Amino acid sequence: MAHDMTADAAHAHDEHHESPVVFGFWLYLMTDCIIFGTLFAVFSVLRTQFAGGPTGKDVFELGGVGIETAILLLSSITYGFGMICAHQNKVGALRGWLGITFLLGLGFLFMEIREFSHMVAEGNGPDRSAFLSAFFTLVGTHGLHVTCGLLWMAVLIVQTGGQTVLSERMTNKLTCLSLFWHFLDIVWICVFTFVYLMSVI
Amino acid sequence: MLGKLSWSDIPIDVPILVGTFAGAAIAGLAVLGLITYYGKWGYLWKEWFTSVDHKRLGVMYIVLALVALFRGFADAIMMRSQLALAYAGNPGYLPPHHYDQIFSAHGTIMIFFMAMAFMTGLMNVIVPLQIGARDVAFPFLNSLSFWMTTISFVLINVSLFIGEFSQCGWLAYPPLSEQQFSPGVGVDYYIWAVQLSGVGTLLTGVNFFTTIVKMRAPGMTFMKMPVFTWTIFCTSVLIMLSFPILTVALGLLGLDRYLGMHFFTNDGGGNQMLYLSVIWGWGHPEVYILVLPAFGAFSEITQTFSRKPLFGYNTMVYATCSIMVLSMVVWLHHFFTMGAGANVNTFFGIMTMIIAIPTGVKIFNWLFTMYKGRVEFHATMYWVIGFMITFTIGGMTGVMLAIPAADFVLHNSLFVIAHFHNVIIGGVYFGYVAAMNFWFPKAFGFKLNEAWGKRAFWLWFVGFYFAFMPLYVLGFEGMTRRMNHYDNPEWYPWLLVAEAGAVMIALGIVCQLTQLYVSIRDRNLAENRDLTGDPWNARTLEWSTSSPPPFYNFAVVPAVHDLDAFAHDKEAGIDTRAAGSNYQPIHMPKNTAAGFFVGMFSLILGFAAVWWIWWLAAVGLIGVIATVIARSSNNDVDYYVPASEVARIENEHTRNLLAAQAAE
Amino acid sequence: MADAHAHTDHSGASHGSVGSYLTGFVISVLLTVAAFGIVMAHSFSPSGTIAAIAILAAVQVVVHLVFFLHMNTSSEQRWNVMAFAFTVLTVFVLVVGTLFIMHDTSINMMSR
Repeated sequence: MAHDMTADAAHAHDEHHESPVVFGFWLYLMTDCIIFGTLFAVFSVLRTQFAGGPTGKDVFELGGVGIETAILLLSSITYGFGMICAHQNKVGALRGWLGITFLLGLGFLFMEIREFSHMVAEGNGPDRSAFLSAFFTLVGTHGLHVTCGLLWMAVLIVQTGGQTVLSERMTNKLTCLSLFWHFLDIVWICVFTFVYLMSVI
Repeated sequence: MLGKLSWSDIPIDVPILVGTFAGAAIAGLAVLGLITYYGKWGYLWKEWFTSVDHKRLGVMYIVLALVALFRGFADAIMMRSQLALAYAGNPGYLPPHHYDQIFSAHGTIMIFFMAMAFMTGLMNVIVPLQIGARDVAFPFLNSLSFWMTTISFVLINVSLFIGEFSQCGWLAYPPLSEQQFSPGVGVDYYIWAVQLSGVGTLLTGVNFFTTIVKMRAPGMTFMKMPVFTWTIFCTSVLIMLSFPILTVALGLLGLDRYLGMHFFTNDGGGNQMLYLSVIWGWGHPEVYILVLPAFGAFSEITQTFSRKPLFGYNTMVYATCSIMVLSMVVWLHHFFTMGAGANVNTFFGIMTMIIAIPTGVKIFNWLFTMYKGRVEFHATMYWVIGFMITFTIGGMTGVMLAIPAADFVLHNSLFVIAHFHNVIIGGVYFGYVAAMNFWFPKAFGFKLNEAWGKRAFWLWFVGFYFAFMPLYVLGFEGMTRRMNHYDNPEWYPWLLVAEAGAVMIALGIVCQLTQLYVSIRDRNLAENRDLTGDPWNARTLEWSTSSPPPFYNFAVVPAVHDLDAFAHDKEAGIDTRAAGSNYQPIHMPKNTAAGFFVGMFSLILGFAAVWWIWWLAAVGLIGVIATVIARSSNNDVDYYVPASEVARIENEHTRNLLAAQAAE
Repeated sequence: MADAHAHTDHSGASHGSVGSYLTGFVISVLLTVAAFGIVMAHSFSPSGTIAAIAILAAVQVVVHLVFFLHMNTSSEQRWNVMAFAFTVLTVFVLVVGTLFIMHDTSINMMSR
């Protein structure tokens, strides 16, 4: 029987089976995707509930959002270049690219916190209206993910220190973080389109 | 310094709670004392608490579930007793403030810590064995999941003695659950306990999906996979798709309460109905998360004790998958009366009725499996047949509720309570108990006592009908759920009958505990021990290894040629254990305490956040992060079991097997 | 250029080249600028603008998936793609279902 052959072949192969880490992490990202999907659903229901407070047009500054978008997009390819170095075992260059990505991420976070604190200072905090609650929560959840990504990146920069050849486990971790980082960029596309741009039309 | 916490939050003025506390403290101290007396702390720590072995974690999950069952049932019988008393001017013995906490805790505990923990325990014990794997894909995450579930249950029980629990029902509908109407810490206990356990459940879903997709024994294609594994596969998908929704729903409610946001408040543009839509987006799939594994267990048990292969394996798989998909598009039937129009209600009503079709297919498959089989009326089979009868009734009342017009009459009445206990006790609980009876010898190497098993079944089965059939009548008579006291003389006799049913179920639980006690006491009797590893002449791979299995499960990873791999091998005369063959070293994960510590720090985080003790919450959060980073920096996480060790364990098992055969 | 990213390693995750990253980056920049430009220039009607930026966002998500996350139709990635497709379906059901229910409710209850 044909499948007996494949069974035996697969059996022989089993002794050095691949790590399921990257696939498992991909699944985790899918669950994260549902979290954001639900937040987008909530935002789209509450996006016109201003309760007499400011509308999106009043509080959003597209210039800042554009710069944030540019930073995040740039950090995606700097991380990508880091991954190329990782696959060639150029650990020094990898750490350099990770460092640049880290700084870009920090810059994004700084701009977002500045935007938030401006709005809160003007009395337009998340407790002002349902619209602002949904806005702060959705964008803040993305920001929280970026923060976690930065923490993770810092840990990896430290852990890769002094290594000349990356272990399979380390490569897997770098791959997982790369998926995470690019995924956050995808979420941001939806954020600037459906939150910022649609609110100012 | 201590946030909202003060001495006045310890309810020393409530005699019931003081009594409970004294009882719990004495029992707890007795257990701790016994462990210390027998010097078992080191053993527990090394072999169980830090274990990453899926079989041990599974057993611990089921122990947790039984403890939760005890707590949840205590709540249930208190409610029934209250309603048997609180009639015509008699206020009963539970004031509304206390009664409301009890029904909230009952639902929360039974779903999240009894049913979910029981299910996770079963899948931990069985799935890797059934697919011929040596462990799950992520053994450390598995340990972490267990500890997150456990500490959440601890957190819920802390609310008994420090502060209060939620009074808003098991789903904490706003605006009642908002700060404005529930200023206490009860809802916060609820939110944090459910959120922390949700982390564990989500990781379990990811873990088992990856395990089933990536780690099946060679040759086991999807359509050769045992039905129980199929149901766990679909359950894992549903966990991954729906638990994030719960996280968001409760997260937003928490933001309303902690930061004064306006998602579900009355003012500020908030919308309570949005909460219903979001939380039932999780809540309905959750029902199927619980019941699908029970369906899987029924399939395995029916085919084993009918002595023939499952009728309609393919339709069973397709039915499971279509239930999985359909369960994502029916959530509105939980709130037909909310005010959506006829078009919305019609859509969701029809979808709900459609979901009864694949479920009906399953019932017929089990019946046809038994038809012309040589059915052995083992205690396990009692639960299966009890399920088929009870669940069918529950399913039919479910279709009644799926008719929006009828739902307008029945919504929020005891009819609904009767319906979902009918499917959750009759479907989920009977299934899990059947599974426990069925797979117990696999996990421990000896069988459960059958006589006590049958007694437990009859008490549960009859007790269920006494306890819940009256609730259908009461629902028609207009009695709403969550009622503390009443004046209607027509209701009174029915509630007395229901109380009698609850007492019968209590006796059923006593019989189950006795069954465990008697079985452990008599475990070394020859008729109880399972030396072959295959006590029921079963069909799937988990029975091909010894009972209990060695920690590496299979000395040689089995090759699968057909559906019901073990039955096929037995018929073909293949020695599945490949005894005496050349063993290879086996790659295994090392035990770790990291999961335990993450759990403990999460408990600190949760407790501190409930009481607004922010410095302590920071300690908990930093502890979690630090433990995770330390774990990720540790490269000493696995090892190889030498081939000589494998050979020693396998030869010992072969000797036992031969001795057992000689004794026959 | 598009085939420059086709390298797939044994762990099921493929990785790209400098060329593929740059391609993805350039396309993404163009799409982002187009979206911001359409909104800021007020060149379409409101509903037209919404449709246009939604389409641009969808295209950009696909670009990111292909060039940055290296998703493709190879057999190693079959489960990844399937998981993603099912997730997208669920998110679609959630968003559309919630809007359908809440919109209908608010009309019926005359609450908005």
